[in-house]
Amino acid sequence: MAKKETMTINMGPQHPSTHGVLQLVLELDGETVVNAVPHIGFLHRGVEKLAENRSYHRALPLTDRLDYLAPMSNNLGYVLTVEKLLGITDQIPERAKVVRVMMAELTRIKSHLVWLATHALDIGAMTVFLYCFREREQIMDMYEKLSGARMTSNYFRVGGLSLDLPEGFVDDVTSFIDDMPGHLDTYEGLLTGNKIWQKRTVGVAPISAEDAIDIGLTGPALRGSGVDWDLRRDNPYSGYEDYDFEVITRDGCDTFDRYKNRLDEMRESCKIIRQAVDKLQPGPILADVPDVCLPPKKDVVNSIEGLIHQFKIITEGFKPEPGEVYQGVEAPKGELGYYMISDGSANPFRMKIRPPSFVNLQALPKMVEGKLLADVIAAIGTLDIVLGEIDR
Amino acid sequence: MPEMLSLSNDPILFLSLMLAKILAVFIVVILIVAYATYAERKIIGRMQTRLGPTMTGPLGLLQPIADGLKLFFKEDIIPAQSSKLAFLLAPMMILVPAFITVAVIPFGGDVVIKGFAVPLQITDLNIGILYILAMAGLGVYGIVLAGWASNSKYSLLGGIRSAAQVISYELAAGLAIIAVFMLSGTLSLRGIVAAQSGSVLDWYIFSQPLAFCLFVITSLAEINRTPFDLPEAETELVSGFCTEYSSMKYALFFMAEYANMIVVSAITATLFLGGPAGPFAGPINLLLKVFFFMFLFIWIRATFPRVRYDQLMFMGWKVFLPLALLNIVITGAVVVFL
Repeated sequence: MAKKETMTINMGPQHPSTHGVLQLVLELDGETVVNAVPHIGFLHRGVEKLAENRSYHRALPLTDRLDYLAPMSNNLGYVLTVEKLLGITDQIPERAKVVRVMMAELTRIKSHLVWLATHALDIGAMTVFLYCFREREQIMDMYEKLSGARMTSNYFRVGGLSLDLPEGFVDDVTSFIDDMPGHLDTYEGLLTGNKIWQKRTVGVAPISAEDAIDIGLTGPALRGSGVDWDLRRDNPYSGYEDYDFEVITRDGCDTFDRYKNRLDEMRESCKIIRQAVDKLQPGPILADVPDVCLPPKKDVVNSIEGLIHQFKIITEGFKPEPGEVYQGVEAPKGELGYYMISDGSANPFRMKIRPPSFVNLQALPKMVEGKLLADVIAAIGTLDIVLGEIDR
Repeated sequence: MPEMLSLSNDPILFLSLMLAKILAVFIVVILIVAYATYAERKIIGRMQTRLGPTMTGPLGLLQPIADGLKLFFKEDIIPAQSSKLAFLLAPMMILVPAFITVAVIPFGGDVVIKGFAVPLQITDLNIGILYILAMAGLGVYGIVLAGWASNSKYSLLGGIRSAAQVISYELAAGLAIIAVFMLSGTLSLRGIVAAQSGSVLDWYIFSQPLAFCLFVITSLAEINRTPFDLPEAETELVSGFCTEYSSMKYALFFMAEYANMIVVSAITATLFLGGPAGPFAGPINLLLKVFFFMFLFIWIRATFPRVRYDQLMFMGWKVFLPLALLNIVITGAVVVFL
């Protein structure tokens, strides 16, 4: 009898389709995966610890670098948590809330576009990749107009926004969401009905609803297993309860349904953005909480009181009451949560981040065991992981 | 009818014309290989809302030459753990069969030189199709050897995939061709072209549409193009069998891929589209048909995702093979009873 041996293969951290620096140690029997062990930590920067040595305002830019494909969602989660810690959640001006929702949804589209691009590329459909990046570029341009940076936006502030919308910005957003459903149809035209695409995704990387809940899967991956759960609807924040949108759920538990889910989510995001644009009224963009929010620039340069006010916030920061809060937001990839402990000083005592990718990655071994090597690639793609968020 | 030129009636003219034909075909194929890379980048670029190469020379036309020079001057790395001889042989073993297959493809009718008829074909083997299938089979040795000699796991997987793929698809491709020579009654490519030389409707694409489709699809699999590019599947196996190759040896793999594309296009044109028949001079007609198929292959690459290994096998053995057999039975019935 021939001796049966398995082959161990190190997939990553330098591999074209592990989405960054994920290392997968695969045990292969021919092309069949016997065992898959993800190794993480190659991108660890100690974001949680760094935050403990910064004032609350200054810890905000760190969050841009978590899920670098969806910086505004990370910003949103952080500012909402700090606002909850300060107890000023209901003092946030309406305009700031609407802009936050608008930008969070644009960010969702942006993140999903990168997911679709890389997922399709991994499975071999090269053209979709470039089409998606063409549309993503428009959102990047909006980011740049808004915050001056294409990726690390750092736009939201504790208490509101850093700047008001630039001139013509709303027109950009409107024309973008007018075109986007057409673009989505183009992507679907290339993929959804394609027999090869269906063969590569239907029934691939399955995860049952129970397993998904046990693992703590969130976001489109959870909703692809038929669990109807979306924080925007079930635990609304930043005024999401005032928007009319559907939570897309499918119960196929496979890659194809997760793919359809995300595409439909982009359509829903367009609807939300349209409602946000309609709701947008002129008004203040920062809460009237002088202890926390910076004074308007006009006061800083024209009056000594304004200058001192700004100086005090910049140098000392603000000191929330001792306590601890948790706030989760529905980031593009799932539930992004911040658990913040204050000891009454100007720096967070502890900032624990619950990144969706980190938790979702746990589903990978379960999804690929006994499947083929090519399915591993599809599974990594369908989980939509970002290593910046996993390693923090 | 002038006498056919051969080694016995005018050896010197025969040899010099033979050399001239070989040289001409070789140069044309090499040029197409070089500019096929350029065309592929330009065409796919346009399809993907990009521009493709623009910086090297006018319209980027010097890009293939720049690429060639770059690869030529790169450091040539032979991994310490590899088996050296096989590692060196593999790129040649994949390129040579691709080039010598062109020898049997007729690129025009006969021309009369000094009272002798000279066929525009390097050599007319009476078992031309068998020769083509044999060379296609040899090509896979290069890939398997490259995968094995590199002593890398990704390369090995690529090599294994390739062996399995080529064996299963060669069967279907071979069986698809059988229907063609059941109609033509000859294995010689010259004879097959002659059998299609009446009107356009005599082309075998009209009498053998199923065989045509089967052959084009299985050829795609044999030359490892998308959607069957599993041996090199860059998102799964990094670069498959050529992961460990660099410099000129890598360039040889690249050239072989495009040379194979040309060969397969030329064979398809010869078997199903009347070869050099058409409104222009013979070689130009053939080239146009070759370019059409190459454009089709490039277009497919820009459109389709990649199939999975087991699905590829399933399609080869359970879809294409039975269809090809069925086609033979039908063709046989038609030939015998009608």
